[in-house]
Amino acid sequence: MGDPALSRRGFLTATAAAGLGMTALSGCGGGSDSGSSGTTTVEWWNISTTEPAKSVWAALAKKFEAQNPKVKIKIVQLENDAYKTKMTALTASGKLPDIFHTWGGGVLQQQVDAGLVKDLTAPTKSWADGLLPVAKQPYLLDGKTYGIPFDIGMVGFWYNKALFKKAGISAPPATWSAFLDAVKKLKAAGVTPLALAGKESWTGMYYWAYLAMRTAGIAALKKANDDKDFTGAGFVEAGQHLKDLVALQPFQKGFLGAAYSSPTGQAASVGNAKAAMELMGQWAPSVEADAGKGIGADLGFFPFPAVEGGQGTVTEVFGGGGGHALRADAPQAAVDFLKFFASETTDVELVKKTSVLPVVPAAESALSDANLKLVQAQLKAATGFQLYLDQAYAPAVGQQVNDSVAGLIAGSKSPQDVTQAITKTAKEEQ
Amino acid sequence: MTSTYLPGTRPGPDAAPRPLPPAGRARTRRRLLHWLTAMGFQLPALVLFGVLVLLPILFALYASFFRWGGFGMPSDYTGADNFTRLLQDDVFLGDLWRCLLLVVLSLALQLPFALAMAVLLNQRIRGRAVYRMLFFAPYVLSEAITGVLFGMIFAPDEGLADHLLSDIGLGALGGKWFADPSTVMATLFLVMTWKYFGFHMMLYLAGLQSIPAELTEAATVDGASPWQRFRHVTLPLLAPTLRISVFLSVIGSIQLFDLVWVVTAGGPDHHSETMAVTMFQYGFKRYQVGYASAISVAMFGVSLVFALAYQRFVLRRDLAGATTNMRGDGA
Repeated sequence: MGDPALSRRGFLTATAAAGLGMTALSGCGGGSDSGSSGTTTVEWWNISTTEPAKSVWAALAKKFEAQNPKVKIKIVQLENDAYKTKMTALTASGKLPDIFHTWGGGVLQQQVDAGLVKDLTAPTKSWADGLLPVAKQPYLLDGKTYGIPFDIGMVGFWYNKALFKKAGISAPPATWSAFLDAVKKLKAAGVTPLALAGKESWTGMYYWAYLAMRTAGIAALKKANDDKDFTGAGFVEAGQHLKDLVALQPFQKGFLGAAYSSPTGQAASVGNAKAAMELMGQWAPSVEADAGKGIGADLGFFPFPAVEGGQGTVTEVFGGGGGHALRADAPQAAVDFLKFFASETTDVELVKKTSVLPVVPAAESALSDANLKLVQAQLKAATGFQLYLDQAYAPAVGQQVNDSVAGLIAGSKSPQDVTQAITKTAKEEQ
Repeated sequence: MTSTYLPGTRPGPDAAPRPLPPAGRARTRRRLLHWLTAMGFQLPALVLFGVLVLLPILFALYASFFRWGGFGMPSDYTGADNFTRLLQDDVFLGDLWRCLLLVVLSLALQLPFALAMAVLLNQRIRGRAVYRMLFFAPYVLSEAITGVLFGMIFAPDEGLADHLLSDIGLGALGGKWFADPSTVMATLFLVMTWKYFGFHMMLYLAGLQSIPAELTEAATVDGASPWQRFRHVTLPLLAPTLRISVFLSVIGSIQLFDLVWVVTAGGPDHHSETMAVTMFQYGFKRYQVGYASAISVAMFGVSLVFALAYQRFVLRRDLAGATTNMRGDGA
């Protein structure tokens, strides 16, 4: 708080900060004070509060300090939700930490618009070009790089090969009609085709988002958000396709009340071989094994099928990852740290120890898990990328998508209701 | 301080022979002194109350007239837009309806049940202390734990409830519980009753024990039947307790949040959402704090209107004489 005249905004932020704990307060100054001995302190805010990532990241910071004796890395770790709240407050106050975790998309755009984020296009060009293109997408705004990824993932269908075999399905469906056929076959064989966590509406949103990518296309999703108009025919069609699926009653009994990771939830249904498929991100295998028993070698992965006559292709992926962005006037040492963190040596270590997916193509040799290798292959071959809608759009719009799609799945909303409700919220939001 | 303490005066340095009023001035001065002393003691509490209760209420009222994302100060004044939007919002109107439903169910089923249990446990029966403790225990449990617990018990097919029902051959009665729009409110009410009836039972027990045994004995001697004793002796004497219990139950239903949030988060498809849940969704998920403030103001209004009307028309006799002024003479 170097400000002699504490503005009202600053005061509100400080109040919010005090509420979140003392660690928060220390960040208000933005860090990077030069010590008497000429050392630079770089503040690094991240959300790796759980092991093993916590220790691995701390060890990496020590390693960087050893390589750069004049730099001290100060780590501030906050749990996911606390971090989001804190960052919203800091963004409003205009004072961000030197290095901070970002998911890209709408929130990063907001921070960039406020002039708070360093444009990394030029300073990182020499080494960031070699990173996996799809991993860089969330942080690429108006053609400029504002963040460097350390993780990337995507959503797709995780399925039980044994149950597919039981239902006589020889290969994973590649088109939407083949997918609906597979659902019918599974039902006929007495198998619950899909697990869904109706209580957590983001799980249903994945279906609508992927269908919209396949029917209307990625460009239309971006344009719709820019124009505040989601009423295009492609979006209504996406809802109709989802309605066709829901009409087959493919979900487990009581799915409307099910949570995602609870012992009776979506992941456990697949992990205990009670349901044949779920549409979920790259973390699905570990949650399935954690909440349920896990199905081991029976687990397979296939990308969301293409929709006949739609604009999108099967190689366009829906997902997100994690990255770091820098405060607008962060010191050079912060850029050096990003370079260090995105180096092949570091990435190999991250992939091996913290189960992230590689962002440096050469680090993929460190992947040992067969399922993650499948995901990695999809990501490498991706021809398009769409960030999770609730991260790409403003919070209210993202929540409205989740909410309306949940209504469609519960049978109370029509495909038109969904597109109109999202449009209405987008218009209110400005 | 050995002077005799007359009603209407208070012991103090100038308490004993009360000086004859030399016009109103001395009295005014003394009143001012009283007032200052009282203020001195009240100030810390008033400041806390002001900063932590009054100010947020007033600020929410102010914010409800703005479109505001929650950071910086509200600047986009939209008049009563948030309130007109509220009245056209199907979810909010549904909240009001569900609130009414819970109030009616609580008054018609939960409280009579609690009363019956209280009367039962007021009898001399073996192990009644154990029963009292058992029935009161759920109230001590936190809402969040209750939510998680019943979420598991009522998990369709896999939960304890469905297992038990199918084990005793009544599997057909098993259902979707929290997982279906048509059954979620009934299930929620079941859990609420489990959680709160013990509290009301305790209130009634305390009330029952303050009823002198002589009265019921006298009624027995006069030949009153058990029902007549209950209806004409116990119930009238229990009325003040009943009125307070109804009050607490209604206010609790209006402000219901934790249990719903943990167990269904308002779902499926908004069918168990309450005003507080809707407010939370808009305030902390969508960052439409202005609109969320409007919801909180509406909630506050509903509670306030109910509380004032109830105190004015129902609690009037119970409160008579209970209010005090700072001179302590009850006037």
